[in-house]
Amino acid sequence: MVTTSTQDLGTHLQNFTDFQRRAAGRNLPWLRKLREDAFERFANVGFPTRHDEDWRFTNVAPIARTEFRLPAKALVQLPPAELTSWNIQGSAARLVFVNGRYAPELSRADALPKGVTVTSLREQIEGHSDQLSTQLGHYASTERDAFVALNTAFLEDGAYVHVKRGVVVEAPIHLLFVSAFEHSPWMTHPRNLLLFEDQSQATIVEEYTSLGGGVMLSNSVTELVAGNDAHVSHYMIEREHQEAFNVSTLRIQQGRTANVSSHSFLLGGGLVRNNVHPVLAGEGGECLINGLFVGSGKQHLDNYMHVEHASPHCSSRQFYNGILDDNAHGVFHGRIVVHKDAQKTDAKQTNRNLLLSDDAQIDTKPQLEIYADDVKCTHGATIGQLDENALFYLRSRGMTEVEARQLLLLAFASECVERMRPGAAQIYVEELIHAHLLPLRENSRRAGVGTGGRNVEEVG
Amino acid sequence: MSFLEIKNLHVSVDGHEILKGIDLTINPGEVHSIMGPNGSGKSTLAQVLARRDAYHVTEGSVTLMGKDLLEMKPEEAACEGIFLAFQYPVEIPGISNAYFLRSALNAQRKFRGEEEMDAMDFLPFFREKLKLLEMDEKLMNRSLNEGFSGGEKKRNEVLQMSILQPRMAVLDETDSGLDIDALRIVANGVNGLRSPERSFLVVTHYQRLLNYIKPDFVHVLVDGRILRSGGPELALELEDKGYGWIEQEAAAV
Repeated sequence: MVTTSTQDLGTHLQNFTDFQRRAAGRNLPWLRKLREDAFERFANVGFPTRHDEDWRFTNVAPIARTEFRLPAKALVQLPPAELTSWNIQGSAARLVFVNGRYAPELSRADALPKGVTVTSLREQIEGHSDQLSTQLGHYASTERDAFVALNTAFLEDGAYVHVKRGVVVEAPIHLLFVSAFEHSPWMTHPRNLLLFEDQSQATIVEEYTSLGGGVMLSNSVTELVAGNDAHVSHYMIEREHQEAFNVSTLRIQQGRTANVSSHSFLLGGGLVRNNVHPVLAGEGGECLINGLFVGSGKQHLDNYMHVEHASPHCSSRQFYNGILDDNAHGVFHGRIVVHKDAQKTDAKQTNRNLLLSDDAQIDTKPQLEIYADDVKCTHGATIGQLDENALFYLRSRGMTEVEARQLLLLAFASECVERMRPGAAQIYVEELIHAHLLPLRENSRRAGVGTGGRNVEEVG
Repeated sequence: MSFLEIKNLHVSVDGHEILKGIDLTINPGEVHSIMGPNGSGKSTLAQVLARRDAYHVTEGSVTLMGKDLLEMKPEEAACEGIFLAFQYPVEIPGISNAYFLRSALNAQRKFRGEEEMDAMDFLPFFREKLKLLEMDEKLMNRSLNEGFSGGEKKRNEVLQMSILQPRMAVLDETDSGLDIDALRIVANGVNGLRSPERSFLVVTHYQRLLNYIKPDFVHVLVDGRILRSGGPELALELEDKGYGWIEQEAAAV
């Protein structure tokens, strides 16, 4: 285990010291302790290296060696017109955070049914909410994960959602995190706490986007607690600019017969790591993890799943589709842990990847740790290129090569789209995916499979 | 003007010569059949006409209504009126049959400078063709050819043909793997498309299909060459005597 010396900690220590002096809730003993323990943990563990099994395929040195600072105190003013394209039709609420800070003038929470609270975390901290001290930080572990530890040390703002027992929220709740240029490089640590009581239902869309460029790190942690028989759909959309580092952790805690779907879309960002960690803590729980990552240029998109079956009769499904072009690098690490007493576990994991260029790369790794003896656990991965026969078939019907490629890319991505529940969120995401796939259809480089015949044709 | 004119066509794949000098002229409204033993080059001819670039033309020419077919890309050949009914139609998950058909139709209409058809206009047109081929509308919402039986795939090829209305339709062993009922339906579909402005090239191994789709001309392809051409009665002779007889005759000459 590599530790970070006090010297290396340099900026972070200074940042933390400054932060503690002015952070919301600095005088709340439990919160102070939470932050201090977390920072100490971060200092001991340090940023991961490639020797760390969970980070084998992702080099975070660019993050480790950058001297990030917290954003300036003054809130960046954004004209509302800038945000109109990031709007889900008919959403129940939209909370906007600019550089990690809640912007009430850009937000609305006007179409929520009774029994639903959607506010900023900061507001909850300053309001001395009871829920907070008993829930915040109780799920996402700072033990092994430096990024979770760092986020916990610096947590101050983000979304707080609480849906009371039996309440159904039909329309999606949109949490929009916008990064706007600061004196580079800057970091934000959005912290979201999403609580769904027994038998409640809701859809949350967490979106990370940017206006302009700059070197920045968004390191978010979302704790999602689903009570018994609750039905929750969570969407994570990453579409920041190419200089952005984005690390996100979704820690899910499921009660009896709770049903949680996590849909994640890694479309933007330069170096991206998305952790999804559901714990099926109650019997009969169901979890669907549905993901799509689309990489081009030099993007690095790392998807880390850690599904824990901690109770009997639970089922989990992981379906990840990746499309990689140019020099992009994708990673899928699917870990399934079945605890000793989690009998009758039904777990399935599939990762399908499409490589569009000779230099695109995918690392796909299943990891099954099974300690119970009556379980069903399968995994599979495929890596391929666009099917030449399919391309020819489409062209033989009159479609141009570009149109045919696009159709096949959409078809591949549609597997992911079809796993979302029909509704406003699905429409929003589908349009987004279409837009991101459009530039990929133009690429005329082929993934190499000794197609000598094709080369001759082009020369001849 | 002839629809399709093939002159001295030589085609190789991976360095092996498959077609060794094919001459063939197809006029408007004609139905030609190419028969031959396995490995004779029948499918190669069909695929070359559809512009599959794995097949390398080393000599000769092919003109489609006066235009140089060999200069065309697959989509251009399709828009100019060639349609290949595949021997093994590919399955493409994630694209529905209906969506695919409308996209293809509109791609060709766009090429010809015609207005594209929207979903509303397409539906009745589509339903009419489905009925002709006795296909269930439910199949059309499924992914392209996914889970289709051999017979359903072939019928889907003819459905596409009836929607795209090609000038020169090439059927590559459309009858292989079909039971008698499917055969009847497919043949009906093809016969329903026969017209003075449309020509067919029916590539087949067995004579049986030609009982349903009566050809004007029959050509026998053996080892990359057309050894014999004749009328429909030639097919019956082949059925009777097999392909060996033609090879012997050709050797004797």
